[in-house]
Amino acid sequence: MTGEHSGPYAGLGDWTPEALAVAGEIRAVVSAPHPVLSRVGGAVDPTSGETVRLAADLVATMRVSPGCVGLAAPQIGVGAQVFAVDVTGHPKAVTVHGTFVLCNARVVEATRWKPGREGCMSVPDLTGDVKRASRLVVEGDLPGSGASVRLVTDGFEARALQHEIDHCAGLLFLDRVAGAHAVYQRKVYL
Amino acid sequence: MNELAITVIGRDRPGIVADVAEVLAGLGANLTDSTMTRLRGHFAMTLVCTGPAAAEVEAALAPLAAEGQLLATVREVTPDGEVPPVGEPYVMAVHGSDRMGIVAAMTRVLVDAGGNVTDLSTRLAGSLYVVLAEVELPAGVAETLVDRLDRTAAELGVEVTLRPADPDLL
Repeated sequence: MTGEHSGPYAGLGDWTPEALAVAGEIRAVVSAPHPVLSRVGGAVDPTSGETVRLAADLVATMRVSPGCVGLAAPQIGVGAQVFAVDVTGHPKAVTVHGTFVLCNARVVEATRWKPGREGCMSVPDLTGDVKRASRLVVEGDLPGSGASVRLVTDGFEARALQHEIDHCAGLLFLDRVAGAHAVYQRKVYL
Repeated sequence: MNELAITVIGRDRPGIVADVAEVLAGLGANLTDSTMTRLRGHFAMTLVCTGPAAAEVEAALAPLAAEGQLLATVREVTPDGEVPPVGEPYVMAVHGSDRMGIVAAMTRVLVDAGGNVTDLSTRLAGSLYVVLAEVELPAGVAETLVDRLDRTAAELGVEVTLRPADPDLL
């Protein structure tokens, strides 16, 4: 399943970050308890220059961050509904759409809920067990063209999308952990 | 047989669980429920067992504490049996900047709504404080409780969510 659809909502098509046509800047990633991480991000105009630069910054920052499979605008201090995802090459990924950025994204279908361990660049010392849908349909807008897209995905990419959409709603994985003992100190092996 | 509550707390090292369990096994004490973790690097174990008199068990554990690095306490408890649940299970998650009184204030709101905390953990990671509480709530209180939790959290400058626990029965 590739998530490609015709009609008012198409898939990503041949969209790549190069379509943004601006060089992204590497931004500092903020950590909890920074208040921007707990605020609901504002809807954006996906065609505005500001949104395009934000999208490029998210991609650039994601790419230089080891192990980072997704980054949302609140994580670089911007309370907006924009995030980048790229699970390419991740061993748990099944469907992979490459690198993409979505604006104003929302979950329209979520099924087959499964537990899994999550980390977050904004909660660097902890991981947690969170139940997420492993089959997911998301709609949103592409930065630049503003085209409406519908992505159908699964597995790890679905988890990453739900994690980033949560960031845009002011939620961290900590808000969804399964129980009192479902948060773990991130292990550091010297 | 007596029901005994035992705590062992102190400097962590490999082998404490095996040492304690061996002592108890040697006395014919049967481990029932137990939990062990490290809290800020300290070894912390709490267990309930059935066995001989508390004084005998405490004396047998004393060598483990002889170097002054571990504290072991044993006391007899009355078997209370299972407490019936007061309602539906929920998970409360709280996170924000560390400050005094977060657990006190948030759990008081739960208690005042008739809730019973059944499991709790807290973590301080840098300046981020995280509280996770499993709580049983009487039917129908969750909705109004969310408002009260939100107000208390806002006063403390922290975030709170309350969600039904998912038992994942298979």
